[in-house]
Amino acid sequence: MEGNHSHDHQLGFWRKYVFSQDHKVIGIQYGFTSLLFLLFGFTLMMVMRWQLAYPGQPIPFIGQWLGQDRAPEGIMLPEFYNQLGAMHGTIMVFLGIVPLAVGAFGNYVMPLQIGAPDMAFPKLNMMSYWVYFMGGVTMLSSFLMPGGAANSGWTSYPPLSDIATVGQTVWLIGMVFLITSSLLGSINFIVTIIQLRAKGLTFMRLPFFVWAQFVTSFLLLLAFPPLEAAGVLQLMDRLAGTSFFLPSGLVVTGQLLTVSGGGSPLLWQHLFWFLAHPEVYVLILPAMGIVAEVIANNTRKPLWGYRSMVYATIFLGFMSFIVWAHHMFMTGMGTIISTFFQTTTMIISIPSIVILTALFISLWGGSIRFTTPMLFALAFLPMFGIGGLTGLPLGLSATDVPLHDTYYVIGHFHYVVAPGTIFALFAGIYHWFPKLTGRKMNEVLGRIHFFGSFVCMNCIFMPMFIVGLAGVSRRLWDGGAQYAHAQPVLHWNVFMSIAAWVMGLFQLPFIFNVFWSMKKGKKVEENYWHATTLEWATPTPPPHGNFITVPEVYRPPYEYSVPGQAKDFTPQNQPMEA
Amino acid sequence: MEVAHAEDIKKHVRVYVSVFVALLGLTILTVTISYFDLSVVPAIIVALIIASVKGSLVASYFMHLISEKKLIYAALILAAVFFLALIFLPLLAMSDRIH
Amino acid sequence: MEIPYTVKARPDTGVINAKLGIWLFLASEVMLFGALFSSYILLRVGAVEWPHHALDIPLATVNTAVLITSSITMVMSWASLMMKDFRKYRIYMGSTILLGFVFLTIKYFEYTHHFHAGELPSKSTFFAIYFTMTGLHGLHVIGGMIVNTYFWGPGSKMWKTDPERFTNRIEVAGLYWHFVDLVWIFLFPVLYLL
Repeated sequence: MEGNHSHDHQLGFWRKYVFSQDHKVIGIQYGFTSLLFLLFGFTLMMVMRWQLAYPGQPIPFIGQWLGQDRAPEGIMLPEFYNQLGAMHGTIMVFLGIVPLAVGAFGNYVMPLQIGAPDMAFPKLNMMSYWVYFMGGVTMLSSFLMPGGAANSGWTSYPPLSDIATVGQTVWLIGMVFLITSSLLGSINFIVTIIQLRAKGLTFMRLPFFVWAQFVTSFLLLLAFPPLEAAGVLQLMDRLAGTSFFLPSGLVVTGQLLTVSGGGSPLLWQHLFWFLAHPEVYVLILPAMGIVAEVIANNTRKPLWGYRSMVYATIFLGFMSFIVWAHHMFMTGMGTIISTFFQTTTMIISIPSIVILTALFISLWGGSIRFTTPMLFALAFLPMFGIGGLTGLPLGLSATDVPLHDTYYVIGHFHYVVAPGTIFALFAGIYHWFPKLTGRKMNEVLGRIHFFGSFVCMNCIFMPMFIVGLAGVSRRLWDGGAQYAHAQPVLHWNVFMSIAAWVMGLFQLPFIFNVFWSMKKGKKVEENYWHATTLEWATPTPPPHGNFITVPEVYRPPYEYSVPGQAKDFTPQNQPMEA
Repeated sequence: MEVAHAEDIKKHVRVYVSVFVALLGLTILTVTISYFDLSVVPAIIVALIIASVKGSLVASYFMHLISEKKLIYAALILAAVFFLALIFLPLLAMSDRIH
Repeated sequence: MEIPYTVKARPDTGVINAKLGIWLFLASEVMLFGALFSSYILLRVGAVEWPHHALDIPLATVNTAVLITSSITMVMSWASLMMKDFRKYRIYMGSTILLGFVFLTIKYFEYTHHFHAGELPSKSTFFAIYFTMTGLHGLHVIGGMIVNTYFWGPGSKMWKTDPERFTNRIEVAGLYWHFVDLVWIFLFPVLYLL
């Protein structure tokens, strides 16, 4: 007798809802936790944007509660601004987006889409979530350390991070937890996709969402360990007095550091970016996966160029490992190595363009339903386009010289991640909400959420290109106010900050919509969106084990509007006519 | 999991013992050579070749890689490629510098 | 609810889930230790001077032999289960665990000797990378020993109820243990001999 029998009896509350081994429960746990972290990270940014708009002014409402060592008289200290900046980035990337895109969506949807009863390793899956949770708590606790949270940027460059306050050590420990969680999760995803596909579900019949999660998992599996190693080395520097990243002769506040020296700050940068570049594809691929599902479903036609999208994704994943030093063009690399990285970086733009183009062409001739998920998915396309295009001058060494570490970079990556990935994640929530709950989210609130967020996103991030091109550096606690070259563009800071706060307001209808619709949303029938992929072939909500009868797949994933069929969609598990 | 017969396993055991002896021998060899005072580059090359042979023996026979499925090879080759990138690209970046 | 392919291999891939899982884990470990080897190279290439033969080679040679021996006892413990000999399995697995203890004990003596001589990680990048790499390797040895002890002791109950699944678990544990040996096979010449 094979298999895992521990669920064939009634589980108590703790085993069912808290320490569950069911991928759906774990997916929901990841979902709520990551959304909370996203909200927190967003709040950090809203506080930062006060200082950027009105440097040196007391922060309204909360300024008085922040305390003397963060904001005396309510006025933000530069040290606190640095904490906000480092933690905003860290929380959004590692505690928010990836756990939501991979941990929540991947965990919940992928096993359903491949016709599996659960993940290959349910216990490991449960551990992945709880280790993530511990990492998140650790990260947040760093705010309470003497000297506050980590404050050396999300990139933690030494020598600064080596000698930074205690919060940096807590950051490193938090990262070890998060990386461990990620590694366990990626092993689970890869084995599940390879081994637990239903009968008839060949690789080329997989929904694009599953391909995206598959490649993403390989990136996490192979790219994170070097950052774990780097984290260990930095912990050694901070706690054991080593000099992995400390060069000889380093002077700090007039004193020569009494360390052995001989270390290399660039070593950290190589190890960090070896992870952090593939990480940005971890941020975008699941989003592209979601957008593909929503577009196919809401155009009522198959994706155009499915095969090329798959090959492009695989190629993208591979290339992502050999472009990282385009984050290091200002570190004195010679022409040979610099040319290598510029070349690979230019090449890697091609698969992204292939995927984006295929998604655009998929709209042509479609019978488009402008549902809320579709609005977010459609907006993703030009927003990701802007993000991607603005990356090109950063990927070429010569044009990177004036742009590196300016607001231009911040504008570039936020376009990809904010109106890019986050919009795709919103699309996913609206799209799969009926699967989880049997109800739909309110369309009016959804449209308010969409239009408000769309306008605000552009108002926040488009001016960053202007500000960056004017030469204003990132990570300045006063937004550039003390620099002559920044004066002509300083007014944009006010504009962007107001847009950010208004965007905060536009998230309220969404938050309300999620919770209200869970109880009071309009009940809808099974497979409400008339979709073809396997997740819609289960009862709602899916029971433990997912499928009443083990599904068998006969068709490609997007059989919409097939001539001769009675309906405008044919599920993957519908047998061929005799 | 294939059900193997006792005879098959006994054959494998003979292989394991031979590999064990070879590993011990190669260990003695690599230690001995290290006392020969070779210059840096030949010393590195010899040491890494011997280590690679030892590693291959462990992987191929103790870890049964020599008779493993293509899928496993594919995952390992992928890791090997990125491992090489991680070793050589930073080295190249450190040596090819603007002076 | 049963997860397929936990004991029987999936026909088209030819593997059970745990085997694919452990090899993927080992691939990630290759990247982890690879990053440390890369760090070693960068630090040494960038160093003005680097110690040669600064560590106890005879002791580490013995330790290398210890780990290699533990590798064969580990594979023999699996082979014993394949031949349905549980008693032999316990002897070989027990030996593997014992040899692990020997390895760690020798490392303990090495470390304390260095500490008494003032050779701390903070002394130089050589000792920094030596302690970090062998320390992380040592943690992996401890982890493997914990797993092996579990399978020697309470976990071995599964032999009575599900022998095939138990044999697979030992094979998977063995793959991890051999990998730990494999890392040492490279650590030893790099840190001690070069």
